[in-house]
Amino acid sequence: MAAPDSRRGRLRTWLDERVDLAALEKLAKKKEIPVHRHTVWYYFGGMTLFLLMVQVATGILLLLYYRPSAEEAYESVQFLMTEVQFGWLVRSIHSWAANLMMFTLFVHLFSVLLLKAYRPPREVTWFSGMALLALALGFGFTGYLLPWNVLSYFATQVGTEIPGVIPLVGPFLRRLLRGGDEVTGATLTRFYGIHVAILPALTVLLLGLHLFLVQKHGMSIPPGVERRGGGRRTMPFLPHFLLRDLVGWLSALAILAALAAYLPWELGQKADPFASAPAGIKPEWYFMFMFQTLKYLPSYILGIEGEIVGVVGFGLGGLFLLLIPFLDRQTARGQPSRLFTWIGIVIIIYMIVLTYLGYAVSPTK
Amino acid sequence: MVEGTLGPEPTRRHFISWFLGTSAGAFLLSVFYPVGRYLIPPKVEESMAGSVKLTIKPQDVKPNSGQIFKFGSRPAILIRTPGGELQAFSAVCTHLQCTVQYRPDLSHIWCACHNGHYDLNGKNIAGPPPRPLDPYVVNVRGDQIVVSKSA
Amino acid sequence: MMRAAGFVAAMWVALLFVSAWPSPAAAEPRGEGCVTCHLETGDDRLEKPAKEFGKEDIHAAKGFGCTACHGGDARAAGMEAMDPAKGYIGKPERAQLTQVCGRCHSDARFMKQYNPSLRVDQVAEYVTSVHGRRLREQADPKVATCVSCHPAHAIKPPSDPRSSVHPLRVADTCGRCHGDAKYMEPYKIPTDQLQKYKQSVHWKTMSVKGDLSAPTCNDCHGNHGAAPPGVSWVGNVCGQCHTVNQEFFAKSVHAKAFTQMGVPGCAACHNNHEIRETSDAMLGTGQATVCAGCHAASDKGGKAATDMRGLIDGLRGESDKARAILLQAERAGMEVSQAQFDLNGAKDALVKARAAVHTFTVQGVKKEVEVGLTISEKAYARGVRALDELQFRRKGLAISLVIILALIAALVLTIRQLDRRGGAPQGKTQETRHG
Repeated sequence: MAAPDSRRGRLRTWLDERVDLAALEKLAKKKEIPVHRHTVWYYFGGMTLFLLMVQVATGILLLLYYRPSAEEAYESVQFLMTEVQFGWLVRSIHSWAANLMMFTLFVHLFSVLLLKAYRPPREVTWFSGMALLALALGFGFTGYLLPWNVLSYFATQVGTEIPGVIPLVGPFLRRLLRGGDEVTGATLTRFYGIHVAILPALTVLLLGLHLFLVQKHGMSIPPGVERRGGGRRTMPFLPHFLLRDLVGWLSALAILAALAAYLPWELGQKADPFASAPAGIKPEWYFMFMFQTLKYLPSYILGIEGEIVGVVGFGLGGLFLLLIPFLDRQTARGQPSRLFTWIGIVIIIYMIVLTYLGYAVSPTK
Repeated sequence: MVEGTLGPEPTRRHFISWFLGTSAGAFLLSVFYPVGRYLIPPKVEESMAGSVKLTIKPQDVKPNSGQIFKFGSRPAILIRTPGGELQAFSAVCTHLQCTVQYRPDLSHIWCACHNGHYDLNGKNIAGPPPRPLDPYVVNVRGDQIVVSKSA
Repeated sequence: MMRAAGFVAAMWVALLFVSAWPSPAAAEPRGEGCVTCHLETGDDRLEKPAKEFGKEDIHAAKGFGCTACHGGDARAAGMEAMDPAKGYIGKPERAQLTQVCGRCHSDARFMKQYNPSLRVDQVAEYVTSVHGRRLREQADPKVATCVSCHPAHAIKPPSDPRSSVHPLRVADTCGRCHGDAKYMEPYKIPTDQLQKYKQSVHWKTMSVKGDLSAPTCNDCHGNHGAAPPGVSWVGNVCGQCHTVNQEFFAKSVHAKAFTQMGVPGCAACHNNHEIRETSDAMLGTGQATVCAGCHAASDKGGKAATDMRGLIDGLRGESDKARAILLQAERAGMEVSQAQFDLNGAKDALVKARAAVHTFTVQGVKKEVEVGLTISEKAYARGVRALDELQFRRKGLAISLVIILALIAALVLTIRQLDRRGGAPQGKTQETRHG
């Protein structure tokens, strides 16, 4: 075994001279993961990243067969599902991984929120994370339309209607989203462009920033743990933490494969813009709490249309969430901040309850 | 550190690294096998929404005859008129969606279900059909017939 | 250019020809003379025709004026325009109308200039109709004449959706009189035809599906030769479109039996005006069936009806079952489009079997049903195979899951080994090299 070793050694030297492996190695070795009772939450960021990579890989594969036009989109996906070997697998994994990624992203977000990892100096990390959440929602919304089936068609019609109620800019925004006054083939082409070019480009930039900042600041130790004097113990990222990450990723992959084989993502019926909307149009589950809230709002609140109140309300809610690092002064000063813990818990409960209601309440109500 | 000492450890380490290497290799194989198969273009030509290449050769369609072919998931009919012209229509009768056929004795298209008649331009001329058959465009390239929805 | 010029020249020739023709049209193309005074009378009865005619009427559009029908001289100023000596007839009498309209509309040579495809037998047909006969023989003041259906001064061609004789409006036009119980009282005939027709599949096809070729009143009763429907006659009319059913029926036992009984053919089961959408539920001996009207479940006909219903229900069930399993396979991402394509044959067979019910023989229905059953069975078997293939995918999944689990196990072992060597996740103080 000596020869390969020395060969590896030579290659290593060769590379080291050119790309400075030693510095990289040092950087990797330097990264330490604090070990405490909340360490488990550190895995969700990496899990989201892994699922994103799955999305990129399967997405690129799907591009080989997909055709972004109203006439051919549905047929090309059908062809992919039925004729292309393992096409069903690739598409199902893409769809399921998207949903799983949204889930781990939300877990990641709320764990950061509740463990106050947004506190100085990590505000920018938080901002970039929130922006990545917006991008992920955009991915989900645009990707849903691409198979051009009945459900996605009408869900998109409803979805693009919502920004239309914003005063002043609403109608323009809706036109911009739809690429016209109605959801048509133009919308499909537009969503396709957004889904495979614009959003990925923005994601690369923001994700780069996010990961760089995480690298720079290291993992945040929850203030509660810190105050109790914990969090001193660490484990090296390489290989201890990474190997554990790998176990998680593989488990996710196994779940994805099982979902793809047992619950293949259905194609549904081809969208027909002239057909009447089917009963029970549902958005993707991660939009459900908003969708359901809008349903519960009365038609007028203080003389303003209920839907406008709802949409503006969600806008303000998002802004509030974004600005939490500035609003939560106590955490910034290193004091316990029960208020914001409760705010986080209330948001989680609200989302869970509304999502539940969205699925439990019959569509006619 | 106890590593490197004698005892069961080296065998165990050996086994673990062998196990890790083998299962990682199998895993990569199980990922790249579907991907590789996925990349191979399927034998069946993509049935495009707009057009279909027929396995029927132009010379096989005699004048005053017709043949049913698959257009997407719906039947369509290719006919050669007594004058020698190739024409194609949706073979779905506009009355109750039966599949129509060519009647050489009448020299036009006929639906057996309720005795509906269509002329050589697909126009409903007798019986219950309320509308003409949808016409398709026939293009002959060499000895290949390509039928497409009206351009 | 040449063609356009030729066309214009031809038009001029035609125009010259028209103006040279000794026709009512030659008198005054527009009738402005009449309109001028009629609009100043202040009498609505006199103003209305002047207002309406130029705007709406097909005759005005073709260049005819008031004098074409009313006679007189539009060029003369004042009341002398309406001099009977100049052929002025005023408002035509009811009995006169066939002559006034027929003067042009019965003249094939004349009509050809305006609309070569228009028939010229309307008056000839009309006089044979009940309307025409009552008008001529009894001078009945209530029967329909030309203007009852084609409102004078606002006559539009049947192709115009606003026209009273457009397919969608024919029923209402006839129904204006025939649906009016008080108006129809002296004639002692039913007045619910319009109401019944509007329940029919024909009206639904026309009004909902927009198929203007679906029949309305005149398609069965004739346009101008309106005659009361005789028993054998109605059957003929239905058979014009429903040929296969008509053929089967004509050869069946019912054709003779119904004639002997004096029961109208098709209408015996399908009604005459209220022709509902047919369904398999009409067949058999249950409550909602039409057969039960005459047949008991135990007689020969009743048994045949039950058998035919059983055959058709069986085929429908089998083909639905095959369709469902293929759909399930398709949804799961399997390729079954050829099987689905072939299954169309089962639907054809079902439609044919339903038509064959009109032979009123079990054998006739069975022949079609058997074809459909064979096709359905094959399609179902292909659906089962496709779902088996899905099971194969699951085996593939099982293998890959085993591999993934093995890798996870290997990783866990490696982690444990690492931890043992470097100690469990460590405090910084103990942190040393990990090699």
